[in-house]
Amino acid sequence: MTNRPGSPLFLERRSYRFRRMMDAVRLLPLLMLAFWMVPLLWPVQDSGDAVAVPMSHAVRYIFGVWLGGIVLGCLLWRRTARQIVQEAQN
Amino acid sequence: MVSLNQLIAVCLLYVVGLFMVAFAAERAAIRGRGDWLLRSPLVYTLSLSIYCTGWTFYGAVGYAARSGLEYVTIYLGPSLVMIGWWWLLRRLVRIGRSHRVTSVADLISSRYGKSNLLAILVTVMAVIGVTPYIALQLQSVTLSLSIFAAPTGVANGVLDGQADPINTAQAAFWIAIGLALFTVLFGTRNLNVNERHHGVVIAIAVEAVVKLLALIAVGVFVVWGLAGGVTEAMTRIDQSAIGTWQVDGGRWAALTFLAAAAFVCLPRMFQVMVVENDEERHLQTASWAFPLYLMMMSLFVVPIAVVGLDLLPAGSNPDLFVLSLPLSQGHNNLAMFAFLGGFSSATSMVIVATLALSTMVSNHIVMPIWLALGQTSVQQSGDVRHVVILSRRVSILFIISLGYFYYRASGGSGTLAAIGTISFGGVAQFLPVLLGGIFWRGATRMGALWGLGTGFGLWVFTMLLPSFGPGAALSAATLEQGLFGLGWLRPQALFGVGGLDPTVHAVVWSLSLNTLAFIIGSLFSFPSPVERLQGAQFVNIFDHSSPARGWTASVAASEDLMIMAQRILGAAEAQAFFRAQAQLQEKSEGLPEPTPAFVQALERELAASVGAATAHAMVSQLVGGASVSVQDLLAVADESAQMLEYSSQLEVKSRELSDTAAKLRRANDKLTQLSHQKDSFLSQVSHELRTPMTSIRSFSEILRDAEALSPQEKTRYASIIHSETIRLTRLLDDLLDLSVLENGEVTLNQQRGSLRDVLDIAVTTGRAANTRDIAIDRDRDSEDIPLETDLDRLSQVFINLITNAQKYCVSDAPCLSVRVHTSGNVVAVDFIDNGAGIDADARDLIFEKFTRVAGQGGEGAGLGLAICREIITRLRGDIAYLSDSPGTGFRVTLPTTQPGKFPELNPFAASA
Repeated sequence: MTNRPGSPLFLERRSYRFRRMMDAVRLLPLLMLAFWMVPLLWPVQDSGDAVAVPMSHAVRYIFGVWLGGIVLGCLLWRRTARQIVQEAQN
Repeated sequence: MVSLNQLIAVCLLYVVGLFMVAFAAERAAIRGRGDWLLRSPLVYTLSLSIYCTGWTFYGAVGYAARSGLEYVTIYLGPSLVMIGWWWLLRRLVRIGRSHRVTSVADLISSRYGKSNLLAILVTVMAVIGVTPYIALQLQSVTLSLSIFAAPTGVANGVLDGQADPINTAQAAFWIAIGLALFTVLFGTRNLNVNERHHGVVIAIAVEAVVKLLALIAVGVFVVWGLAGGVTEAMTRIDQSAIGTWQVDGGRWAALTFLAAAAFVCLPRMFQVMVVENDEERHLQTASWAFPLYLMMMSLFVVPIAVVGLDLLPAGSNPDLFVLSLPLSQGHNNLAMFAFLGGFSSATSMVIVATLALSTMVSNHIVMPIWLALGQTSVQQSGDVRHVVILSRRVSILFIISLGYFYYRASGGSGTLAAIGTISFGGVAQFLPVLLGGIFWRGATRMGALWGLGTGFGLWVFTMLLPSFGPGAALSAATLEQGLFGLGWLRPQALFGVGGLDPTVHAVVWSLSLNTLAFIIGSLFSFPSPVERLQGAQFVNIFDHSSPARGWTASVAASEDLMIMAQRILGAAEAQAFFRAQAQLQEKSEGLPEPTPAFVQALERELAASVGAATAHAMVSQLVGGASVSVQDLLAVADESAQMLEYSSQLEVKSRELSDTAAKLRRANDKLTQLSHQKDSFLSQVSHELRTPMTSIRSFSEILRDAEALSPQEKTRYASIIHSETIRLTRLLDDLLDLSVLENGEVTLNQQRGSLRDVLDIAVTTGRAANTRDIAIDRDRDSEDIPLETDLDRLSQVFINLITNAQKYCVSDAPCLSVRVHTSGNVVAVDFIDNGAGIDADARDLIFEKFTRVAGQGGEGAGLGLAICREIITRLRGDIAYLSDSPGTGFRVTLPTTQPGKFPELNPFAASA
């Protein structure tokens, strides 16, 4: 995000942390997308000699990423929710 | 075995329960109670769950049984969108709130210049796109009913071509009627969409809980009851027909993207996510809570599918495993609960989807037509609201009946997942226009029309029509050989790109060509002023959320507006609104003035009831069509320009302040220095005065007290006293002189004369005053320079310099050379002796008061050069030490005569 003209170049510690948390909020979906597109690399059954990934592994992986993303999202929400509301009011 | 009648009784009880909950919520909302629940993030998140329809509830298991984990992509896409709420949903919600958007069609039409054509196109596309989806819900409920009605032997869902145990057409019909009734009752109670449908929202939230619990109950039963635990279930999964990863990469990515796009564009999702959003912070909570809901919904799908494939006979319909598994194991209550879950999923989706679509149809198709038919009717009195509400109710019936007919036409045969994907593909066509509208100011109405048209056409050709099967909508020949026999127009291998999965093929072609047409159309068309204004407001929604200023409403009479508003908003609401507006304008009574701000606010209020385009059209009928002026367009630009200007003003001020502070600091330093100087001056003066005073006192005491003094001694002592008093007098004279000069009180006696004369006087006087002789070397020819200044003061300076040379020149044959140079209007007189010069350290100080150069003896008070400098400064000249001269050298620079500069000295003026 670019700085708007007039906003300070450097911030005090609290605002700095908040901004970094917001960066994390923005980047989390990209991280999850990257993880969820990993199955594209898995061998498909009829593609030669590579051993296909068992379904139980696939289920654990996909749902593991899901749960991880939700937990991270929830943690970020707890840390940023109040300040986002404050910023919106300003 | 549960009898069909039992089931229907339970079902009706459940529906009555829902009705009661909805009624209670409506009543609580009217009384202003229950806000903690009605406006809580929990209810918001649960209302989002209408994404999980009958397709999810039944279809996901069937999908998993056929294609393994691919079903999960339908939930991964929305999870990504929700977790990435900051990127897109935050903007959508803010735009929806600040522009009082009523539907996705309203948003798109409003962004592209409140275009009615665009609104109609989007509405038609949405209706066509969602119809299969509504049919899908009817199909899922009918299917689930039929399994209960089946004779005991076929209760596991093997229908294999037999006559249906119930009349599916009739069942679907009654379900459709019931759904229409509920939607009409609760969805069209209040007109203002922004007032939210509390009854519907609460009912949906309850249904969301029911369907989640039902699916989890079946899942727990399957994993722990039938499979015997998680580990065993996992082993069973690996051993089953879908035991390995077999998802095609293209489908995995394309379906994830498609689901994400549909999640944003589906009219019903837009309705609950944006239109019914109460506070932006709810979105933050839902950003993790809704993915959690989705995850729990899809958690048990694979186990149910695997165990179903394992336990139920081959040929069972996997779409019904959720029901047939508990039924086959004799768990009737669980099956009934599962049925209620599926029923909830289907009904909540149909209700909200119909509601959203009916708003679009009534606002963008029915109302404009009605307005066009009766041009003058807007001004007539009488309630228009019944027209709007009626048109909405008719639209609801129309849409549900469309769904019903699609269900009948498609024969209820397709798998649930395939139908759902087709619907997703249709609504996903809004995505390029939607994203372009809120991120790209250059997007235009023409581009949007091109893009939507292209995408929609391709979707119909590659996805919708082929879905009816060969020979139904498209002939088998067309499917095989392409439209008109053109090979590159084959619906499932466009441009000769064959071998692709049909879904991936359709999604890639329709969306990419849609985007391309949209961009090209936007690049080569020019937007109207309203479009540009709206574009700027949508794209920069967080910079200025102020409404657009649109109307120059001098023509519009407030009475007309009042009449119109009453007919749409209702008398009480309209009067309250007008009163509030009048108060804003600080009018105690009467109607508000039709200022642009007021008309704009009114338009927005109306837009909440009938949509932006219709409201715009209605207001323009009264106001006379003047909409956007150049000033309005510039206003948007101005706002940011003003802020820039303000901040630069602040910057200048702060710079001025720091400059002033620096000046003050310098002034303070100088004052401190001056104070020190004054102190040292006083102590110097006292010291200088005390020395002669001491000797005067001692010698006068000797004269008074000593008795035997020779006359010679008396004379000597008296002359010492005399010379000391002379020295004192001289010192005091000098001090007085200096103080007069420093205070600027000196009056200069301007005279004309030659520099040579001044020097002559100075040399003569200087020599006479001092006993020690010095050779003076002059170049008299160069000295003939006319001066116009105080010549007496000038000669005083020269005398001082000459006597200094006499006193302090240490050479054996002292010599002072006087050299005169002129350059321009300035004459420089150098006095250079052949002495030792002055130490570099002392040079800075020689012009200060009481400065005497160390080691040179002398009896002066150290005031001579200070006086010289003051005099020369008064004469607008300068005196400086010549550091590069062989001995001690001083340079006096003076301005020469400038005719006219001193008019009082002008001989003519003097004679006048």
